[in-house]
Amino acid sequence: MNGKQGYSLEHYKYLRRIRARKRIILAMQILLLVSVFALWEAAANYGWINQFITSKPSRAWMAAVNLFNRGELWRHLGYTIGETVLGFSVGTIAGILIAAMLWWSDFVSRILDPYIVILNSVPKVALGPIFIVWLGTGLNAVVAMAIATSIIVTIMVVHNGFRNIDPNKIKLMHTFGASRLQIFTKVVIPASVPTMIAALKVSVGLSLVGTIVGEFLGSKAGLGYLIVYGGQIFNMSLVMAAVIMLSTVSALLYYLVVLLERKVVKYNH
Amino acid sequence: MAKLVINNVSLKYHTVEDEIEALHNFNLQVVAKEFISIVGPSGCGKSTLLSLIAGLIKPTSGSIFLDSSPISGTTQKIGYMLQQDYLFEWRTILDNALLGLEVMHRKTGESITRVKKMLKDYGLSGFENSYPHQLSGGMRQRVALIRTLATEPDLLLLDEPFSALDYQTRLAVGEDVCRILSQHQKTVIMVTHDISEAISMADRVIVMTPRPGRVKSEHVIDFGPEYDHGSCLKRRESPRFREYFTAIWKELNTNER
Repeated sequence: MNGKQGYSLEHYKYLRRIRARKRIILAMQILLLVSVFALWEAAANYGWINQFITSKPSRAWMAAVNLFNRGELWRHLGYTIGETVLGFSVGTIAGILIAAMLWWSDFVSRILDPYIVILNSVPKVALGPIFIVWLGTGLNAVVAMAIATSIIVTIMVVHNGFRNIDPNKIKLMHTFGASRLQIFTKVVIPASVPTMIAALKVSVGLSLVGTIVGEFLGSKAGLGYLIVYGGQIFNMSLVMAAVIMLSTVSALLYYLVVLLERKVVKYNH
Repeated sequence: MAKLVINNVSLKYHTVEDEIEALHNFNLQVVAKEFISIVGPSGCGKSTLLSLIAGLIKPTSGSIFLDSSPISGTTQKIGYMLQQDYLFEWRTILDNALLGLEVMHRKTGESITRVKKMLKDYGLSGFENSYPHQLSGGMRQRVALIRTLATEPDLLLLDEPFSALDYQTRLAVGEDVCRILSQHQKTVIMVTHDISEAISMADRVIVMTPRPGRVKSEHVIDFGPEYDHGSCLKRRESPRFREYFTAIWKELNTNER
């Protein structure tokens, strides 16, 4: 917003210092990652650690290339990303709808409150076998796991956001004779956009957890399947390759939510 | 015929621990186009009174009439300006100013043009598409006033409308509001704890007792024709201003003990 010209020399120095610092931090971050991989590779090559159980980056890379050559890489990645996105979209939309219902009726909200708290503290992994019996192994059960792990947190965070809106903003709406639906659409929803994004950031990670657990328990595809399969046949290179890809996927999904935030929340400073 | 009649109104608030009587047998009549200031100690039920008139809450007993018909729920004839601007940070200035009209389903091409003109008249041209955080406190308060006036209410309720502003801005915005309101010829009830503000803007100042609030005394403010309408700052320079101030200040002080 501010013009580039007309600043003092000191100001330019200050800006340069800030930029230089940012660059150094980024460089150190990259260096740290590269060093860890380099050290891992070296340690394996020099026999400081047992390659059979730790594998090494070059072998993990080969394992990934192998998958690619067999044409399986995209299938596994696609399954994991697809299941996560599906689970987290359904979980978020349903979670927001349920939060809206709880906001609408304080009575219902009070009745359900202890149950939501309990559901939140139950480890969702424990529900896995139930989903498999009900939905069979594969996509359906995995998506159900992804929804189950993310929906409760979404409900709690979003409902809390709805409840914490400045009561004076709602009073203002009342002075204009606003209906409850108008208050919801014109105040509660727009005021909660930042809260909903915060909920998204949490639930995207949780959905990925649900997806991987679901794939562990019963599936024939996905990164979770690769990890379990690799572990069973003692192919640690495959396991490491899948874990690294999983980290990348999780970073990517989180970044997508950040992009969404930048697009939606325009009024922030 | 009085514009607004408040008849023996009492109000009790209930909580699990306690019951609080905010107002007890409150009586007041307001004539059309009159500007009433209400002063009183903190917690005497001033804001409660405005909420009752606005129809946001119902009295425990007694009744309120606007243009001879009893108030039951909110009405478009009444505009209520709260202590702070409460502009919605996700809406542009123009959209904020149009909020009331939008809620009342009265946002039309004609009303949008009118609101745009008001923004321009009150020194906010060029800010229509800005967001509230880009405006100063005084500007935001003017937007809030326009938001209220845009719905064209007959009766305006102001609940310490300047209390969130620093003193300098407060005087300036008070002067603006004074000028704007004298152009619009509205009936106004303003609650404040600032005695000077009350005297400089009003035709009549009502002093309330501590809780449960009742009318303690009334002071008709008359600065003479040369001070009528337009400038509230000028009224502060009148020799009578000090007399009114001292009288009302003493009234309030005997409350406190």
